[in-house]
Amino acid sequence: MTTQTIDRVVTRPRGRGTLAQRRSLIGMAYAAPTAVIVGVFFLLPLGLVFWMSANRWRVLGSPSFNFPDNYANVADNQLFRDSVSFTLKYTAITTIVLSAVALGLALLVQNQRPGVGLLRTAYFLPGAVGFAAASLLFYGFYSGSGPFDSALRDLGIIDEPINWLGTPNAALFSTIAMVTWRFAGFNMLILLTGLQSIPTDVYEAARSDGASSWQTFRYITLPLLRPTIALMLVLSITGSLLAFDQFFILTRGGPDGSTVSMVMVIFREGFTRFNLGSAAAISVLLLIVLVALNVVQLRVLGRDR
Amino acid sequence: MRYYSTAAALAILFLLPLGWAGVASVQGQAGSGQATGVGFGNYKAMAEYGEGIGTYLANTAAVAVMTVVGTLVVSALGGYAFARFRFPGKELLFLATLAILMVPYATILIPLYVVLGHLGLQNSLVGLSLVLIMFQLPFAIFMMRNSFEAVPRELEEAALVDGCTTFSALRRILLRAVRPGLITVGLFAFLASWNDFFAPLILLSDGDKFTLPVAVVAMRERSFGAIDYGALEAGVMVMALPCIVLFLFLQRHYVQGFTTGALRG
Repeated sequence: MTTQTIDRVVTRPRGRGTLAQRRSLIGMAYAAPTAVIVGVFFLLPLGLVFWMSANRWRVLGSPSFNFPDNYANVADNQLFRDSVSFTLKYTAITTIVLSAVALGLALLVQNQRPGVGLLRTAYFLPGAVGFAAASLLFYGFYSGSGPFDSALRDLGIIDEPINWLGTPNAALFSTIAMVTWRFAGFNMLILLTGLQSIPTDVYEAARSDGASSWQTFRYITLPLLRPTIALMLVLSITGSLLAFDQFFILTRGGPDGSTVSMVMVIFREGFTRFNLGSAAAISVLLLIVLVALNVVQLRVLGRDR
Repeated sequence: MRYYSTAAALAILFLLPLGWAGVASVQGQAGSGQATGVGFGNYKAMAEYGEGIGTYLANTAAVAVMTVVGTLVVSALGGYAFARFRFPGKELLFLATLAILMVPYATILIPLYVVLGHLGLQNSLVGLSLVLIMFQLPFAIFMMRNSFEAVPRELEEAALVDGCTTFSALRRILLRAVRPGLITVGLFAFLASWNDFFAPLILLSDGDKFTLPVAVVAMRERSFGAIDYGALEAGVMVMALPCIVLFLFLQRHYVQGFTTGALRG
């Protein structure tokens, strides 16, 4: 086998062999910038984060090996434990609310009719605003000078401003309202691509069989939309588990630290307490959870196809 | 009729916060940059904060330009390589690029803070842009590979037979054919880099390097006592308006990128 290969290389007409090799080299040259960026800014730090998590690694000073202290400390970190249950709660509620609103919007604008393009644009437009900008916008929106408070005050219904972010539950649901506003159009677009891939003759067949619109939705739209819904749920779940901007900017983790997400704890460990090793350990744990979720997602989506 | 009243009411609900921010940014409020009436006093107050909004705008624009140009160059070359060439390590590199999507933002930014420090790129807009290019690559490479694959090979082979190098075939013929893909990739890169908050928050440390989102949040943190909501919403409008305008013009490309790339990627 080996000699055969060598023979072939040696006896191959010179021009053709070098052409294929040259094509391969040229291809590598075109891929080189991608390889450098992925290598230096992704693979290298990805390896480093594991090493950092096994070291006492301060922002200043040289690191020293201390495995498994950082991981042991994670278990004792009350702030982190609270953040896990809070983030899970936030993820569950946000995913349900966001998906329901997005599905409603998608069904509303799925058919071509006059003005439907404008409606889609209106529902999506918040998605064009950056998430940090949206969080800041709502920080003002929920303040005493916001439109709800002003309107209610002008009508004489309230005297004192409503504290939209004042209690843990108010802060949570005010944040979810903001996130829904920002992302409903985005999820609507995902669902629309799924809805539009359902062939129209399926609907026509259902109509000629006398199916009601609820039956059509329940027995045709929903089952055929399942892969798209699964994709939307996965994106929403992974996005919510990594929530940061909305709680860092809008609620600032308050009131009384009731809205501190997991990524906020990573940030606090690394850049308020300057303990990068501890931040790395939590990051690694988060990475493992996310990769596991992605594997499950690929399995589920793969089965549907 | 009931359809349109429901749909329109919802549209108003979605547009209301944006409309309110626009109004609040020009409206007068006692003790603020715009004490009474309507005008651009809040924007002036915003402009005079810290290093001046000009600095932050310039920083943000610089990061956006570097990220967009960098993403376009890297993904056009890379997409061409993945679509048209065979070379060792090709599948592995493609998988590694897509794997970026799987790793949480924070997990990669903590070590990146250390890596950039060793490269002398800490607190640097160039370093930040390189990181943002990396985050764009999974979508951009996927999108550009598909775009190049959709171009008939004959188009390029005719040029190669005529003695063109692969690079001049790419530059003269193929880039024109994949222009819609490039616009989509550029739009996504712009929106992401203009708006990103977490990466600049971690990677930039000096006030004079801040991008707009970090600067406006810092402005709010530093205003003890009464927060100047007018100036805050003025800052929001400065951040949001370019994105809204760009989105309205390039909406078709956004949706196209969404259906062909973002979903399958």
